[in-house]
Amino acid sequence: MKALSEKLLGGKQGAIALAILAMVLFVIFPLWLDSFRLSMLGKYVTYAFVSVSLVLLWGNGGILSLGQGIFFGLGGYCMAMFLKLEASDPVSTKIQTTPGIPDFMDWNQITALPWFWEPFKSLPLTLILILLIPTLLAFIIGFAMFKRRVGGVYFSIITQAIALILSILIVGQQGYTGGVNGITDLKTLLGWDIRTETAKYVLYYVNVCLLILSIMLARYIITSKFGMLLLAMRDKEERVRFSGYDVSDYKIFVFCVAAMISAIGGAMFTLQVGFMSPSFVGIVPSIEMVICAAVGGRMSLIGAVYGTLLVNFGKTMFSETYPELWLFLMGGLFIAVVMFFPDGLAGVYDKYSKNFKLGELLAKFNKNTVKRIGDML
Amino acid sequence: MSNTDFVLAIEDLTVSFDGFKAVDGLNMYIDHNELHVVIGPNGAGKTTVLDLICGKTKSSSGSIKFKNRELTKMPEHQIVRAGVGRKFQTPSIYENLTVYQNLEVSYPAGRSVWGSLTFKRTDEVIERVNKIAAEVLLTDLLQTEAALLSHGQKQWLEIGMLLMQDPELLMLDEPVAGMSAKERDQTADLLKRICQNRSMLVIEHDMEFVKQIAHKVTVLHQGKILAAGTMDKIQANEKVIEVYLGH
Repeated sequence: MKALSEKLLGGKQGAIALAILAMVLFVIFPLWLDSFRLSMLGKYVTYAFVSVSLVLLWGNGGILSLGQGIFFGLGGYCMAMFLKLEASDPVSTKIQTTPGIPDFMDWNQITALPWFWEPFKSLPLTLILILLIPTLLAFIIGFAMFKRRVGGVYFSIITQAIALILSILIVGQQGYTGGVNGITDLKTLLGWDIRTETAKYVLYYVNVCLLILSIMLARYIITSKFGMLLLAMRDKEERVRFSGYDVSDYKIFVFCVAAMISAIGGAMFTLQVGFMSPSFVGIVPSIEMVICAAVGGRMSLIGAVYGTLLVNFGKTMFSETYPELWLFLMGGLFIAVVMFFPDGLAGVYDKYSKNFKLGELLAKFNKNTVKRIGDML
Repeated sequence: MSNTDFVLAIEDLTVSFDGFKAVDGLNMYIDHNELHVVIGPNGAGKTTVLDLICGKTKSSSGSIKFKNRELTKMPEHQIVRAGVGRKFQTPSIYENLTVYQNLEVSYPAGRSVWGSLTFKRTDEVIERVNKIAAEVLLTDLLQTEAALLSHGQKQWLEIGMLLMQDPELLMLDEPVAGMSAKERDQTADLLKRICQNRSMLVIEHDMEFVKQIAHKVTVLHQGKILAAGTMDKIQANEKVIEVYLGH
């Protein structure tokens, strides 16, 4: 039991970092920010799920997915479909040609609910599908790629292509998906109005709880032997393979877990923001999420969360004043992080908080070097 | 192919890359507890033979049987699990992990996804890591990051990682390349110690070292066997002197 809690929290240091994050998100921000800014923060917290998934997948596993928007979007769309069906009851849609179906279907001359919308009439089924569909898609992509040993940039490019395909598909199938506008006008969850102030607060807290649970799940994976193997694979894949491990199984699994965590973020996004659209599925959001994780620190679960919040606040502040400059700044930020702080904010923090131990490390290194020279002579 | 008493039986093994036969109709047998060394000039196909045995390269024809199990159709991780360990030419270790972690990751339990998620560091694991670390002279460096080891220590660490799996056939590709004279002697001692209860297949260029360790030597040349036998016989063989050892 003790071992388990240690694994979930990541030891004393990890527990403190997690407690501080919880404190910031649960207490400090809600007290400090007005409800408009807080719901904006809630939106960023949903992006943080994707960053957490990228720390697991990219930071630890060395698998750079440039298509996490796929899973974020699928999770979000699943939730949106449920909410849309609830908002499209026959009474409130009685002016439509076909009452009882979502408004955009009616506009596109569709007269019956498509079969794949049927399961989203039930909340329990929707919740299961939010987790299942993205994970299943990740499994299929992962199986096809990793069993054939597609990796590195090739994998990144393919995930990017899939993100593009999915967003084009959603835009193109307007009658079934709401097209470029996405699924909008979401009102209630089982009769509970999600647009009120109270609802926003409740959803924000649920959101943060889920984020912390996701961090703990990722922590468990990273601190287990599985996590050590991920690092080993990132370093020397062949050695892991020739130590009796089926490398592809591990990659598929971590890709699926990352997809599932992203999907939870997507579903929470829909609930908090009140709509879902293809602009959260494609290439641009997927890459933005990678930048967020990189800025925060791709090896640090907690760092990635701060990175995401910071980059998105920056984006909002900056693009309010200089909208056309933001993209350049974003690009510059990414280059700066890659060139000067490969471990992001978390890396900078580690460096300065451990500074006083640097002497110790140097001494150790010198001892080794001396020994090595001694051995050679 | 008939069954044999050998640990490893290679028969008519051929692999061709775009028509070039890197290994050509090779027959080779390795006995229990035998330390077999393969020598030969560059491009003779030595490393390719190891690649074929461990499944890194797929053969064009022929058979490789390990304890009468056909290896040529097996995926790499299954071959390892069957009991074949292979060390690469350049030290292949996990530089970001500590020596301890390098050894622990190689422990042959928790090899499935689920198994690795629930794997526990039991006393048995710790004991085994300590034992192997002592064997490969790295006891004092267990908590050191592997990247900080010297070249020779990295080679030993990789051998240690293989020993963690206790393979019945251990294959080493140039284990003493780039080592100091002292390290070379220590490695020879190490190999002599660890070939108890297991067979070994070693590729090496260093003739002094080969003399120290080999039970049996095979000379490869252009993918074929030029000569095989004890070291003394090989050194006296005129064909071998001509193509490899020099006058």
